[in-house]
Amino acid sequence: MNPILQLKQIRKSYNIGTSIETEILHGIDIELSAGSFSALTGPSGSGKSTLLNIIGLLEPPTSGELVISGKSTQNISDDQLTKLRGLNIGFVFQFHHLLPAFNALENVMMPSIIHQQLEKNKAERRAQQLLNAVGLASATQKKPNELSGGMQQRVAIARALMLNPPLVLADEPTGNLDTHSADDIFKLLERINQTEGISFLIVTHDMKLAQRCSSRFHLVDGCLSQSFET
Amino acid sequence: MSLAFEWLLAIRFLKEGRMQSWLILAGVTGGVAIIIFLTQLINQLQGTIIDRVLSSQAHIVMRPAEEVVLRLNQSETLTAALIQQRGQRLRSIDQWESFAQLARTTPGIKAVSPLATGPVFARNNLASKSVVLMGIVPEDYLKVVDMNRYLVKGRFDVSSEQTVIGTELAKDLGVGLGDRIQIVNEVGVVQNLTIVGLFDINNKDLNKRWVFTQLRLAQSLLNIPGGVSSIDLTVHDLFGAKLLAQRLSKQTGLLVESWMETNSGLLNALSNQTVTNSLIRVFVVIIVALGIASVLVVSVVQKQKEIGILRAMGATQQQVLRIFLMQGALFGSLGSLMGVSLAFGLLTLFATVYKSPDGSMMFTAQLDPNLVVMASIVAMLVGILAALLPARRAARMDPVQAIRS
Repeated sequence: MNPILQLKQIRKSYNIGTSIETEILHGIDIELSAGSFSALTGPSGSGKSTLLNIIGLLEPPTSGELVISGKSTQNISDDQLTKLRGLNIGFVFQFHHLLPAFNALENVMMPSIIHQQLEKNKAERRAQQLLNAVGLASATQKKPNELSGGMQQRVAIARALMLNPPLVLADEPTGNLDTHSADDIFKLLERINQTEGISFLIVTHDMKLAQRCSSRFHLVDGCLSQSFET
Repeated sequence: MSLAFEWLLAIRFLKEGRMQSWLILAGVTGGVAIIIFLTQLINQLQGTIIDRVLSSQAHIVMRPAEEVVLRLNQSETLTAALIQQRGQRLRSIDQWESFAQLARTTPGIKAVSPLATGPVFARNNLASKSVVLMGIVPEDYLKVVDMNRYLVKGRFDVSSEQTVIGTELAKDLGVGLGDRIQIVNEVGVVQNLTIVGLFDINNKDLNKRWVFTQLRLAQSLLNIPGGVSSIDLTVHDLFGAKLLAQRLSKQTGLLVESWMETNSGLLNALSNQTVTNSLIRVFVVIIVALGIASVLVVSVVQKQKEIGILRAMGATQQQVLRIFLMQGALFGSLGSLMGVSLAFGLLTLFATVYKSPDGSMMFTAQLDPNLVVMASIVAMLVGILAALLPARRAARMDPVQAIRS
C-alpha cells in the first residue's frame, strides 16, 4: 500500500548556533501506510509533541525530509505548507480547542470555511453527517461550553474529518477524559479508521490503548526505540 | 477572492468580546460625532459672523490714492530729511465712471456702487451731531448692502429731499419718521431733509453716524460736483476679495482695500478658530486610533489559542491579518455611521437650545455631505491603520506556541 507519510532522518534542534543548542530528535524514520491506525508512545520529554508538530507541518525539522501524500515538504512556501496541512491533515488535540464563539456545527464546518472547499449547504450537510456519526446529532446548535468534555472531543474529531483528510493526528485525544469516555472516543477513532479508511497517528501515554493500534512507535530521548506492527 | 471566512471570524470575535466592542464603538462614535459636530458648528458660526459683518459693508472699497509730498529734485543728495505727512482732504476719484465700468466688467464682481461720503452736521433745533453723509444711487447701493433688512421703520427711499438715518441718531436728535432735519456742510450751506426710514444696522456707531441721501445732493454738499469719494463693490467669492482688490489696484492705481484687510482682526480670529478646530480633530483621531489599537491588541492576546487552531486548520497568515484589519474597518465604519447620527442629534439639540438674542436661529442642524463622507473615510482608514499592528502580531503568531499558551 502507498505510504501516506514518510519521515526520513528527521532531526530537530533548538537554540541552534548557541552554547545551549539541544537536539530533541535524532534522525527519525517513520513510514505510515494509508489506512493505518498507529500510536506514538514515550515518556514525557521524549520529543513526542515536537515530532507530532513536525508531522503536522506546524514546525519545520532542522534537517531530514517529510513526505505527505507523495509531496515533499522541503523548499515550499509557508502558504503552500499551510494549504497542504489544511487539506491533508486533521488535528485532534488533548484540550479539543474548539472555537467558543461558534456552535458545534459551525466548528465542524470551519476547515471548509477556511479553505472554501464546499458550498455552504453542502458543508452544512457534511458537518451534520459527521456530527451524527460521532453521536452528536442533537447537539449541533450547542456552543462548546454547553457540551461535556467527551462531547467536545467528539466535535473536535468531526472537525478533523470535515475535509476528509488522508491523515489525522491526535495528541492525547483521551488524556483529558474519564476512563469510560476515553474508551468511547478510542472506539470512535477505530470505527472511523475502519469505515472511512483514514489513517490515524495517536500520541498517547495509555499503553492499553496503544496496544489496540495496528502499529506503534515508541520514542525515548528523541530516538525511536521500538516500532511494532500487529 | 471570497472573504467569507474573514468576515465571519471578524464579526464573531467582536460579538464574543461584546463589552470591549461596545466600548470602543462608543469611543469611535464619540470621536466622529465630536469632529462633525465641532466642524459643522464652527463653520456655521463663522458663516454667520462673516455674514453679519459683511452684510453691512462692501467687500471691496476703491478710493483715490493718498496724496503724498514729492521731492522736487530726485538727484539731490540729502543727508537728512524730515517730511511732514500731508493731510488727506476729501477728493473725488478722477474718472470714476471708467473705473466703475472696469469693476462692473471684472469677473467675480457682483455689484458696484459709487458713493460720495463726507462729514457734515445734522441738526434739529438745538441738537447738532457730526455725521457722515452717505450719497448713494439707491438701486446700486442696495445691491452692495441690503439696507432693507436693517430697516426698523419706514422705507429706504432716498432722494434729494428725503433721508434715512439710524435709530441712535434719531434718538440723539429727538426726531422720528416724517420729521425734518437740517444737514449743514463745512461752509454752512443748509439742506432740509425729511426722514422716511430708520435703520438699525447692529452697530451703534454707524446707527449714530450714517445719514443716507441721494448721490447728487451729497456731491454738492461735499463740494465734489460730479465726483465720488469711493466705489463700493461686492464679490461672489468672499475669500477671493483680497486677490481681486490687488488686481483692481494694479489696474487702476487707486487705493483698493478688501474686507480681509479692513477686518484683519476678525480674519485672524476666524483662522485661529479653524486651527484650533483642526488641532482638536487631530487629537481626537489619535485618541480614537489608540483606542481601537489597544482593544485589538488585547483581543489578539485573548484569541491567541483560537488563532493557533485556525492556523493549524490551514488559515494563512494573510487570512488572519485580514480578520483583524476588518475588525478595525468595522469599528471605523460602524462608529462613523453612529457618529454621524449622534452629531446630527447634537446639532439639532444645539440649534433648538441656543438662539440669537433676537430669537432667530444661530445655525441650522444640517450636515455637510462632504464632511460626512470625509469623516467616514477617515474613520475607516484610521480603524484599518490602528488595526495594522495587532493584526500583524496575530498573523505572525507561531501556531504551536499559540495553541500551547
